Amino acid sequence: MEWLTGNFGDFWSTYSTLIFQVGVHALLALSIWLTLSCGLLSLANAAFMGIGAYVSALLTLHLGWSFGAVLLAGGLAPAAVALIIGAPVLRLSGVYLAMATLAFGEVVRITILNLEITGGPEGLNGIPLATEGWHIVLILALTVYGLARLRRSKVGRAFEAIKEDEVAARLMGINVDRYKLLAFVLGGFIAGVAGALNAHFTFFISPREYGFESAVDILTMAVLGGTSGLFGPILGASILTLLPELLRSLHDFRSLVNGAILVLVVLFLPKGIWEPRRIRAWFKRLKGAKA
Amino acid sequence: MLEQQLLNALTLGSVYALFALGFTLVFGVLAIINLSHGAMFMVGSYAALTLVTRLDAPLWAAMLGAMLISGTLGLLVDVLILKPLRARNAPHLIPMIATIGVSIMLTSAAQGLFGAEVLRFPDDTLPAGEFVIGEVHVRALEIAIVAIAFVLMAALFTTLKRTQLGRALRAIAESPKAAWLLGINVEGLFHVTSFVAAALGGIAGVLIGLDFNAITPQMGQPILQKGIAAIILGGMGDIRGALFGGLFLGFAEVLSKAYLSSQMGDAVAFGLLFLILLVRPSGLFGRKLERKA
Repeated sequence: MEWLTGNFGDFWSTYSTLIFQVGVHALLALSIWLTLSCGLLSLANAAFMGIGAYVSALLTLHLGWSFGAVLLAGGLAPAAVALIIGAPVLRLSGVYLAMATLAFGEVVRITILNLEITGGPEGLNGIPLATEGWHIVLILALTVYGLARLRRSKVGRAFEAIKEDEVAARLMGINVDRYKLLAFVLGGFIAGVAGALNAHFTFFISPREYGFESAVDILTMAVLGGTSGLFGPILGASILTLLPELLRSLHDFRSLVNGAILVLVVLFLPKGIWEPRRIRAWFKRLKGAKA
Repeated sequence: MLEQQLLNALTLGSVYALFALGFTLVFGVLAIINLSHGAMFMVGSYAALTLVTRLDAPLWAAMLGAMLISGTLGLLVDVLILKPLRARNAPHLIPMIATIGVSIMLTSAAQGLFGAEVLRFPDDTLPAGEFVIGEVHVRALEIAIVAIAFVLMAALFTTLKRTQLGRALRAIAESPKAAWLLGINVEGLFHVTSFVAAALGGIAGVLIGLDFNAITPQMGQPILQKGIAAIILGGMGDIRGALFGGLFLGFAEVLSKAYLSSQMGDAVAFGLLFLILLVRPSGLFGRKLERKA
């Protein structure tokens, strides 16, 4: 038994950061899934994550708040920002919304880069390690549970109606603007909590982590996994986080494979890797072949 | 000193404009945001460098070669990836993600082939002349960059305005279906557009590579952001808008770096961008968007 725990200890000390990363990325992918499920292509999630990370880290470092309070604040701060910018930004749709949210993300990143309290380009160092494995598992589970309940509720159905046809949804008496704002704010909250969790196990955060590339990465995770259900974003986040590690032997060329997989999935699995309908069809065919 | 800064700004801005033109052309005609455009820019830069250092090609030939190589790459992306997605009628988010994949692949390939370190053009390949007007030092290189950028842009404008090809392209930008019904070879022109856009991106890469004399695998990323900003400022899909947006960003960047802090310039540019999107989402030149049901 001892060798088992010993091995597990080694494994954990080597890979715990990576596994934490998977959890955080899954939360981020779910946060963008939420806005996508309401038909909004918002790319502000990396910025919301950054706001959450910085607010929580600063509260821990300067005011010594407890971890639970810090996590909550890390979620509420970007949610408040989303509430403020939501009304004007969400009038835009499609590509324009994507671009506006990207521009917002750049403004956030550059602001962090130039503020004194955030440590500028050097970032914040020496954030105490507070995140533990079960925190991430618990929060991820709560998020999945919450989102699953949301999908089946009146709100989730309203989101779906808006995604399918905004005008029709409005004609049915759905308060489209209100629901869009709700999706945007909730997405910001989840991304912020993910950022706060992340800041408290990486020891160090810098504005570089919350820029354009992260915004695109988050979107990629969700779309790669598939946005028709909740499992897709989690799967996509896991794949894109673990793949570079698995391909480590390829050295400089490992992202080449990463990129190629992305292209191939988009070409051949248009709805993402996890698409319940296709998987059910596969099982049916398998059964048919046996019979 | 202001004159010197204005000259630098003009040089940078004209390359931004050239880059943004290709970007906006693809958006206007193919209706996708091509996030591999920055990678084409990087490829152009490395292609020219390789032609100069390995094959001893003269600079003008290296520029042509770089346009050809990045253009062909753009064409390949269109034929192999974007065409099947069009055939499937994929929502616009999907081709955008495919181009992210392409961008990752090209960046990684460049890093594997050339290494992550900064590469430079050998000194003797750059036009060396420099003369002084008043207090302004003008490098022959800068004149060449501005001249090449503006000649190419003028050629593109004329083609789009005056030729049959340009009319066909504008018809497609209006409505691909209607253009197809009129007997225009829509698929063929999509390929042409992809080639031309990537070639313009590639030559912009060569010009920036020469101006700063620094080539890295990641050089496409910041300019991609500038390109996005430029075409939003000017109005997406609008050719004049891209020219204006590119020049504006060049001036904003150089002047704010010189007179404000080095970083706040970007914040001003993107903050302005954000505001423009809120007030006038179609950009400064774009037509009013119709409400799409």
